[in-house]
Amino acid sequence: MKKLYLLEDAIISPLGFSTKENIQAIREGKSGLKFQKPEFTENQFFAGIIDETLLNQVFSKIGAIEKFTKLEKMILLAVKQLLDKNKNLDLTETALILTTTKGNINLLKEPGDFPESRLKLSKLGKIVANFFGFKQTPIILSNACISGGLGLAVARGLGNSGKFTNAIVVGADLVSDFVISGFNSFQALSTEACKPFSKERDGISLGEAAAAIMVSTEKPEISNVISLIGDASANDANHISGPSRTGEGLYISIQKALKDASISAEKVGLLSAHGTATVYNDEMESIAFHRSGLQEVPIHSLKGFYGHTLGASALLESIITKHSMLNNELIASKNFGELGVSKSLNIIQSNKHKEIYYALKTASGFGGCNLALVFKAEKE
Amino acid sequence: MADVTWLWFLKQKKNKMSNQFYIQDWVKIKNGEIFNSGKLIFESTEKELNLFLKECYEFLEIKYPKFHKMDGLSKLGILGSEIIFRKNKPTKDTALVISNNASSLETDKQFQESTKTFASPALFVYTLPNIVLGEISIKYKLQSENAFFISEDFNAGLLKDYSESLLSSEKTSRVLCGWLDLQNGEYDVFLCLVSKEKNIPFSEESLKKLYCAENDKPTHRT
Repeated sequence: MKKLYLLEDAIISPLGFSTKENIQAIREGKSGLKFQKPEFTENQFFAGIIDETLLNQVFSKIGAIEKFTKLEKMILLAVKQLLDKNKNLDLTETALILTTTKGNINLLKEPGDFPESRLKLSKLGKIVANFFGFKQTPIILSNACISGGLGLAVARGLGNSGKFTNAIVVGADLVSDFVISGFNSFQALSTEACKPFSKERDGISLGEAAAAIMVSTEKPEISNVISLIGDASANDANHISGPSRTGEGLYISIQKALKDASISAEKVGLLSAHGTATVYNDEMESIAFHRSGLQEVPIHSLKGFYGHTLGASALLESIITKHSMLNNELIASKNFGELGVSKSLNIIQSNKHKEIYYALKTASGFGGCNLALVFKAEKE
Repeated sequence: MADVTWLWFLKQKKNKMSNQFYIQDWVKIKNGEIFNSGKLIFESTEKELNLFLKECYEFLEIKYPKFHKMDGLSKLGILGSEIIFRKNKPTKDTALVISNNASSLETDKQFQESTKTFASPALFVYTLPNIVLGEISIKYKLQSENAFFISEDFNAGLLKDYSESLLSSEKTSRVLCGWLDLQNGEYDVFLCLVSKEKNIPFSEESLKKLYCAENDKPTHRT
């Protein structure tokens, strides 16, 4: 299969309202995770939540704040940044691929003035499409925590079949009472900022973000460019809410993605893991990476910066991977202490300069789904 | 010269064949009826969703106790897949490309309700539409590509395009694709198995035709 070129991108997160601000913040080791004490649970935890006053302030320049939900504002701001940089983009031909786990789920508890139909993901797609004038029916994907990354794989598959040349892929999710209650009922929330792959890790921190990227099947006329050259998803066929003990699905997806990219594991210069900091997830990943011969590859999880941004995470982290490749830098895995998984891993402990030619992004989610994406840097 | 022409013809035929996929089998579950490849195989007057699902389970003699713990969407997915995979033994790489309108909203509402007293982890796991893909994968041992799309209506074009891209790029040799919707107790299931084996050509038109065959209007429009 052909390549999918990664062009402009945007990240709206607690760490900033542009990719540039986000990259700068994580380079400086800043985290968006803050102590939270919601009213409906006695448990305290950390989460990365976007300040709504600040969001409204910025959004008011492009739209009426009362007409859109928080998630919609985040998405619209992200997409607006891409379109501002691509004024000539033909929106009648450009595909819009929107990925999310729960969309506007917060409206289920507090609808405010919004109608019930606003809960529907197809409605969310319409709102984004109509705001900018996209003419194609939005493609909406909801595949648990691999959603955002799977959006890139879907774009590559459909782009290769000639369905479109350019697409905008968006990943977005909120920290809602709904997901807090759910992960809390699972006892999966850490009482501190999450510590991926560390001995003291005791669960996830939730986060919210909207990430957007423009992709094209045509090579852009720029000297340094990153492309998606391999992708695969695979189900564990083991358990709907727990990872496979042998990392089977993740292992299969890595093998298939490397094969699709026609490269071997030794070529991978950076591994951007899922690393949610639950005991079982990180252990499962270490096993799958070992089985794949990736134990020496510099690896990080970005969850210590952002928390788990659910459907947005794999796209947000792919965008950071893209910039790491362009900037030749390895970003330290935030909140890492002592290795706490059974298989050795080469965790990035401080920011470093390194030429990266190939990178691997992986993600896993409820429903037993796993995803692997292989990126290539073409530098002059 | 004749040989060269013959070889050229064979090559064209081969090329054409390799890019053509076919619908092997399909199932439709709606309004108390189950159709398999156009044939009515089960009907019931039971209006209550869970009782209807149990009747179907018993009719198919599935014997899979986990079924009873699943939410409605997953139960519908298992029932539909069982009818197809019983006749067509699934391969480990059989991909799942499913879509619907309501996502997991039916279970989302139940979970939200439970948070008023005690948030139920057993409900929370089903508050994602792709959980049914996990349940189907576990039951039939599929370690394959998964994608769950959401669209307002049955989007034959998207299902056909994405399934075909997986098949053409040889990421898989078979795809179970279709529509699996549940809202306000009303269900609308249409699943079909697609592969290279000759049968009904896999096209947007044939998908639409089969989906609409016993179907006047989609559930959520009522």
